[in-house]
Amino acid sequence: MVDAALFSSALGALTPILFAALAGALCQRAGVFNISLEGTMLVGCFAGVAGSWYTGSVWLGVLIATVAGVAYSLVLAVGHVSLGGDAIVLGVAINLLAVGLTSFLIRTVFGTRGTFSDPSLQGLDAVDLPGLKDIPFVGEVLSGHSVLVYLSWLAVVALAVLLYRHPWGLRLRGVGERPDAAASLGVSVTRYRYGVILAGGALCGLAGAQLALGNVTLFSENMTAGRGWIAVVAVMLGRALPYGVLAAAVLFGLAEAFGFRLQGIGLPQQATDAAPYVVTLLALFVSSARIRRRTRERSP
Amino acid sequence: MRTVGVTLLGALVLGALLLAATGANPLEAYGAIVTGAFGPDGIQDTLAYAVPVVGMATALAIPLRAGMVNLGGEGQLVLGAISAVAVGLHVPGPFGLVVALVAGTVAGALYAAAAALCEVRLGVPLLVTTLLLSYPAMSLAAYLVRFPMRDAGSSLPQSGQLPPDVRLPAMGSVTVGLFLIVAAVAVYAVVDARTPAGFEARATGWGPRFAQYAGIDRPALTVRLLACSGGLAGLVGAVVVLGFPYRFIDGALITPQYTWIGLLAALLAAASPLGTLVAAVFFAALTSGGFAMERATQVPRELTAVLQAVLIIFLAAATGMLRKKRSPA
Repeated sequence: MVDAALFSSALGALTPILFAALAGALCQRAGVFNISLEGTMLVGCFAGVAGSWYTGSVWLGVLIATVAGVAYSLVLAVGHVSLGGDAIVLGVAINLLAVGLTSFLIRTVFGTRGTFSDPSLQGLDAVDLPGLKDIPFVGEVLSGHSVLVYLSWLAVVALAVLLYRHPWGLRLRGVGERPDAAASLGVSVTRYRYGVILAGGALCGLAGAQLALGNVTLFSENMTAGRGWIAVVAVMLGRALPYGVLAAAVLFGLAEAFGFRLQGIGLPQQATDAAPYVVTLLALFVSSARIRRRTRERSP
Repeated sequence: MRTVGVTLLGALVLGALLLAATGANPLEAYGAIVTGAFGPDGIQDTLAYAVPVVGMATALAIPLRAGMVNLGGEGQLVLGAISAVAVGLHVPGPFGLVVALVAGTVAGALYAAAAALCEVRLGVPLLVTTLLLSYPAMSLAAYLVRFPMRDAGSSLPQSGQLPPDVRLPAMGSVTVGLFLIVAAVAVYAVVDARTPAGFEARATGWGPRFAQYAGIDRPALTVRLLACSGGLAGLVGAVVVLGFPYRFIDGALITPQYTWIGLLAALLAAASPLGTLVAAVFFAALTSGGFAMERATQVPRELTAVLQAVLIIFLAAATGMLRKKRSPA
């Protein structure tokens, strides 16, 4: 039951969540509580499919998805950073707007309801990593994914390096932890927050591209199905650290993939649907309990 | 009030641009929404849709008043419905009807209180616990209605139908459940404005730290408010399911988006009891009108969802701007 295919499918499934969670973590680091990941990802899905369809090239589709993610995240950037609107209210409304807008557009642009798919729609190809793919077990797990999957791993490393070994990252964390102090040192809080929100929008666009062009090749109404919310939870679970967020996303991907396996031995689908959320909740309890114990030990 | 007016105008203008960009006539579309929502046929649909939306909006407004966000409304709604059906199928007569309503309310209340306890005892934010608990609740109901509680004569994911004497009497397109929901709104309005409990909630909303300093027991308040919120959500679920078609159908409470439209209404009205009622009715009319608009003009009904979301975004931005202008810091 636990074999290479399980891990391989988990890896493919978690990439959109990982991209979105990285976006959320980046924003969190700058002090922006970004819960619009779900909506921005959905916009990325639609833009990716529309872009690939109209240009005939999946890579232009990915690019368009990324740009669309950036453009859509402007709503949060302007509304929250420039105009001071509440991030949670904006986030909820942005998510609902995305659902309404993409459903509206699938009707007016593609003339169909529910799902848009076409045999000529270009999707992301699976890439075999030469050399790696011949290693038993590990090769089967790590090879044969779309380029975006590998890009997401690079993004984790890049973000970790940027946050902890680059002056930008230092200033960014300063903006998140002590905005007033950062401002007094001449760091533009506004510019850094705009930067993370827009970068997060790009990452969510990539998440949407992977979801709509990688795992499958179609756009379906509301296809993100809560992944953006799981990404928000992954950010909390991973304490907004790049590797922490990766670990949380892996946990969720495994829970989902394992859940499909359990279905094979007779467990009802609904139990496996619920499993990732229960697992995440339990993990949060454990990590919360540990933090509280540590804080209690520290204070005399 | 003026802010709401301006943002509404802004949303309508943006919607008109979207319509024009996709080749539709904005005036025709908007006109169809209004006649669809309030016309002789439409008003029944609007009313039927408004009852659960008002209920969910008020349910979510209760903790929102204290600045607490309950994102688990859907799970509590569904749990309330499935509990009511489970009871209604096994307890006969009008007594069964009452017990079913109570069961739905209690189920929702307990589930929401559990999420609140997670925050209070384990420190996991309410936003997260309510959201995470929502999905397993919906999965549980989906499972129950496909296996133990499945309708014997059909292959659809629905429960058996409730016997005739365990149903809420109908009044046109709604049931007497309407009065229960209206009563709940009235109770909220009174408690909010005239009781110490309501004041505690509002004070916490204005300034959580100050409220705690003033002696308000925030953990107890959290659990109490969430219990009321979940209880009302569960009651809404029970009321819907005890009306036509008198059974629990998987997804029937989720697809119409009662919870999310209710949340938008509560946000629009800043959780004020009567404001939430008005906003919820407004959004319900808008959504119901959207269905009629689609039938009449082929413009996708999702336009109304777009309008509602844009309105909230504009309002949030405007409120933020006003807050910034007031405090020069």
